[in-house]
Amino acid sequence: MALSEFQVEPWLVLAFCSAIFFIGLAGLLIRRNILVILMCIELMLNAVNLTFVTFSKIHNHMGGQMSVFFIITVAAAESAVGLGLVIAMFRTVRSVDTDEIQLLKQ
Amino acid sequence: MLAWIPLFPLIGFLINGCWYAFFQAPVGGRKAHATLPGIIASLSIFASFILSLLLFLQLKDMPAEARVIEQTVFNWMHIGGSSGFHLDMAFRLDSLNTLFTLVITGVGTLIHIYSIGYMSHDATPGRFFSYLNLFCFAMLMLVLGASLPVLFLGWEGVGLCSYLLIGYWYTDDEKASAGKKAFIVNRVGDFGFLLGMFLIFTTFGSLDFVALKTAFISGHGALAAIPAGVSPGTITAICLLLFVGCMGKSAQIPLYVWLPDAMAGPTPVSALIHAATMVTSGIYMVARLNFMFSFSPTALGVIATVGAFTAFFAATVAIAQNDIKKVLAYSTVSQLGYMFLACGVGAYTAGVFHVITHAFFKALLFLGAGSVIHGMSEEQDITKMGGLRTRMPVTFAVFAIGWLAICGLPPFSGFFSKDEILWQAFSSEHGSIFLWALGAVTAVMTAFYMTRLFYLTFLGQPRFKEVAGPGKSHAAHDSHGHDSHAKPKDGAIHVHESPLSMTGPLMVLAVLSAVGGLIGIPHMSWLEKWLEPVIPEAAEAATHMVPSMEWVLMGVSVLGAVLGIAYAFNLYKDLAKAAKLKQRYAGLHKILENKWYVDEFYQGVIVRPIFNLSQALWKNFDVAVIDRVVLGFGRVTQWTGQSARTIQTGSIQVYAFVLLIGLVASVGYLIYGLV
Amino acid sequence: MDWFNSHVLSVVVFFPLVWAVFGLLIPTTNESGRNALKYWTLIGSLLTFAFSLKIYYAFQANGAAFQLTELAEWIPGLGTSYSLGMDGISLWLIILTTFLSPIVILASFTAVEEKLRGYYFLLLALETGMLGAFVALDVFLFYVFWEVMLIPMYFLVGIWGGKDRIYAAMKFFVYTMVGSLLMLVAIFFLAYQHKLQMGTYSTALLDLYKVHIPGGGFTSPQSLLFMGFALAFAIKVPLFPLHTWLPDAHVQAPTAGSVILAGVLLKMGGYGFLRFAFPLFPDAVATFQIPFMILAAIAIVYGAWVATVQPDMKKLVAYSSVSHMGYVVLGLFSMNAIGVTGSIYQMLNHGVSTGALFLLVGMIYERRHTREISDFGGITKVMPIFAIIFMIVTLSSVALPGTNGFVGEFLILLGAWKTSPGLAAISALGVIFGAVYMLWLFQRVMFGPVKNKENEKLKDLSFREIAVMVPLLFCIFWMGVAPNFFFRKMEPSIERFLTRSTATAVARASVPSSSSIAAFFSKKN
Repeated sequence: MALSEFQVEPWLVLAFCSAIFFIGLAGLLIRRNILVILMCIELMLNAVNLTFVTFSKIHNHMGGQMSVFFIITVAAAESAVGLGLVIAMFRTVRSVDTDEIQLLKQ
Repeated sequence: MLAWIPLFPLIGFLINGCWYAFFQAPVGGRKAHATLPGIIASLSIFASFILSLLLFLQLKDMPAEARVIEQTVFNWMHIGGSSGFHLDMAFRLDSLNTLFTLVITGVGTLIHIYSIGYMSHDATPGRFFSYLNLFCFAMLMLVLGASLPVLFLGWEGVGLCSYLLIGYWYTDDEKASAGKKAFIVNRVGDFGFLLGMFLIFTTFGSLDFVALKTAFISGHGALAAIPAGVSPGTITAICLLLFVGCMGKSAQIPLYVWLPDAMAGPTPVSALIHAATMVTSGIYMVARLNFMFSFSPTALGVIATVGAFTAFFAATVAIAQNDIKKVLAYSTVSQLGYMFLACGVGAYTAGVFHVITHAFFKALLFLGAGSVIHGMSEEQDITKMGGLRTRMPVTFAVFAIGWLAICGLPPFSGFFSKDEILWQAFSSEHGSIFLWALGAVTAVMTAFYMTRLFYLTFLGQPRFKEVAGPGKSHAAHDSHGHDSHAKPKDGAIHVHESPLSMTGPLMVLAVLSAVGGLIGIPHMSWLEKWLEPVIPEAAEAATHMVPSMEWVLMGVSVLGAVLGIAYAFNLYKDLAKAAKLKQRYAGLHKILENKWYVDEFYQGVIVRPIFNLSQALWKNFDVAVIDRVVLGFGRVTQWTGQSARTIQTGSIQVYAFVLLIGLVASVGYLIYGLV
Repeated sequence: MDWFNSHVLSVVVFFPLVWAVFGLLIPTTNESGRNALKYWTLIGSLLTFAFSLKIYYAFQANGAAFQLTELAEWIPGLGTSYSLGMDGISLWLIILTTFLSPIVILASFTAVEEKLRGYYFLLLALETGMLGAFVALDVFLFYVFWEVMLIPMYFLVGIWGGKDRIYAAMKFFVYTMVGSLLMLVAIFFLAYQHKLQMGTYSTALLDLYKVHIPGGGFTSPQSLLFMGFALAFAIKVPLFPLHTWLPDAHVQAPTAGSVILAGVLLKMGGYGFLRFAFPLFPDAVATFQIPFMILAAIAIVYGAWVATVQPDMKKLVAYSSVSHMGYVVLGLFSMNAIGVTGSIYQMLNHGVSTGALFLLVGMIYERRHTREISDFGGITKVMPIFAIIFMIVTLSSVALPGTNGFVGEFLILLGAWKTSPGLAAISALGVIFGAVYMLWLFQRVMFGPVKNKENEKLKDLSFREIAVMVPLLFCIFWMGVAPNFFFRKMEPSIERFLTRSTATAVARASVPSSSSIAAFFSKKN
């Protein structure tokens, strides 16, 4: 069996994706460090990417692949802006702990 | 050409007004002396007098039925089709209002000339003369207007000028208040006038006098009935509403209260506006609409009763007043009551007749009083006068003529008109012995209080301190002008006769007061014939009395007048005796002196309650109820937000968790729903 | 030029805004820059006025109902288009707006000295909003302009206002917003009904005329929709008892804001009734005629009474607005040519004379920094020119014949008398009380001796201030003597309006009724 013919069972990949997604989600909800939270978001996005690719393969439809490119672009922008904000935030409040910067509360 | 009659004074007003506004009024502007503005104003009104005279002669040459000159200047308002509202700025001169224009412009010219002398010490004569011209303009609009709204334009215009001129010396709060009172009380009357106009328009579809008259009268002045489809009740309502307007403008009970206060204005104003012209506009309107009033016996009854009571009531008050102008003011109210008494018994001609003679003698009396006030350095209290006969001989002589005229002694003008009114009040089908008696008693009282005024002012001994030549006091009086009312500290004054510019008009008016009655001698009255096209004979209520009765009544009224005069002479010859009489009836005297407390009554029953109610509405309704409801909405929103904000922890992670729960729940619902 | 002729309405509407954007580029750090900005804005408003005169000449009184129309697609999904047009009713309101704007700007030259760029930008933006609302022929577009003009006004009051400006601005905003949101709901409902009956969504006014909505009774669909619109307009007019935002907003607003508010914004309410609420819901108008006339009569007397006892000049004038605008509503709901003509005329009058009153109060406020009536007295002596102008404006406000106020009030009362003599009689009481509060104000401020030392040195009006007042004084007399000049252009439009608005259910019985609407409402009831 050549490498190119190696097939992974789709359910396996999807299970893997959801695992990563929920790890990211858990991190998002639990962690207090903004940098880690940002990483968790990346994790979730990439889990979604992988899911898209998988379904694209299953259905033989290129829409999924296209979405992935889209998400990668947006994710790049998002992390750039997000990291910029974190740096700006750190400069002003000297902290990256979300408990200390709950500015939405009056 | 007709339009030029009111236009001349308007031009005068514009010249004087612009001159004043642009050059005299601004801070640092050059003050003008009274002469030039006075001449401009007098010339403009004199021009319209000449024009009125020419047009009068033109009318005279026309056949009686065709005595109408019309001019439409422009279309004022035009709305909708045939059922809409059309109003021309149109003038119409006929035999009735030509008399009024003659009186207004004639007496007006005299008073303008008089004012040049009278206002010579004033600080802002330009303003005074522009107002005076504006008044003449409005008054001429009033009498020349071919329809009710044009008349109303003049009606409100004269009210405005009255307001401006009463409050002419505005730095005195009391005078400013008097002006405001005049305007507002007149507005109460105008309220009725407006409603009357609306009712006329919805009933007849027009506000033009001729159109209205044709609705009532067909053919050559023959009386027809009330137009088909119009109920007599409507006619009565119209007449009463219009009469409310007359009550305001012509100072009848219960709206007369402004006129005595109006004496705060300069004396020529009192003569022109508050005696000779403006206050008679109510009589003009009733006479103008006689074809309508004649169809409402109820309205006529109300007019006659109100008129008779006003005449009587005002005479009682006049007896106890000490201010020379106040006495004349109440006497004006009383005489106006006579005129309405005449109109109310259907004797419109007699009413108009009295308007004319009254314009002569009352203008004379007011201007004479002005001359006295001028000579006495602004003293108006008759108890502080006396003995002016020798010091102001011309004024004394002309005033005497005016006094005899108003007392109703033959052959002076007042006798003819007053006698005509009393006779009609007695004999007309709308009249009654009661109305006549009220009028006759008033005549006696008039003779009494006018003699009292005359005696206390001109006869007897002087009751003031006097200095000989034109000394310090007169100079002080000059420099302060009329608005200061400053008197020298020691109270001594130099009494002097007035200049020719003042005595000249007085003499002319004296002649007119003496002979003016000749136009209306009973049974060969030129006036009656002249007014025939406007006030048809049939409108004059038919006489049902024996002719000899007329002579008897005439004798009674003359006798009454003589008795009144004699009693007053007797009483005031010895002032102690008069004082004793006053003591004996102290209570009554106090009531009369305080004008029956009518002002206080109005203040307490109408003015204060409305003021308090307004105050209460504002504080207890606007602020306390409406605003509280509005703010209540805000409070509820705020409260909701306050309660809900506790959910907002500010932690993104909590939000994300809630989001997750929501997501799971909705996805679960969808899946559950799909299954 | 061709383009200009065919888009003259758009030009007039958007010119001020565009001009204002360029004004933002002028630096205001030094005195000459500040002056440049002032004159820039003034010239902009004068040009707008000049363009609006073009509308006057292009408008044919006897031509089509809506003229100078423009149409462009905007939101096809909702059937909303950029549709402009005007008739004889909007003509004079447009000119009133463009006429008052330069006056207001000229009057602000010394009154406002901070945040100039924002101030003048907002003034011109406001003008765009107002003009747009007067020419919009699409209900949704009207709504947009209606909201657009709210925002600059909110900031004008909130930033350049007096002591309680935030409270006043907020009250003004919330009041207006409550009304306009209900109007928006009604607009969407109408668009939806159009789809049900005609197949497509539409918010074009002329399309909506054709929509049939069952009327009759206070709870019928038409009445409810009418109330949705009427609430917005009644708040704007403002009609008793929805008037309490007005005194606060007026007192706190800067002079220019007060003048625009009284002069034009209030007219938006009356205009809304005329253009939208009446023609769209004729049955409902018949139902609500008497209730609204009663409210108007109350407003007239109530406004006059409450004005009498105000200690603050501006508040007094504000309450007098309540009274005067009560006349407008009274005339509109009398539903005859005389009353409606008078009512539109009264809107113009009120813009001129109340605008003038606010300007005068503003001028004296600039000198003394107080508006308490009791602080004044005897001002005539120190400011004679001011006194003359104030007197003339006062007379116009008390509706003296010969001034503009009389024509309006007379026609309105006459029209109302034809509909309901009793209510006309009650409203005519305003003639008396109007004189009471105005003359009393005049006496307390202008007459008597100069009691207050600070008043002795007041400067009389400057040349600029006189220049501000002269056009208004001219209008006062012109409109009083030659009202026909104005009536001529309005008459056919008013006739059309009346035919449309009095065509009740009986007359339009041929139109098939739509049971779905009835069902919609009966489900709710």
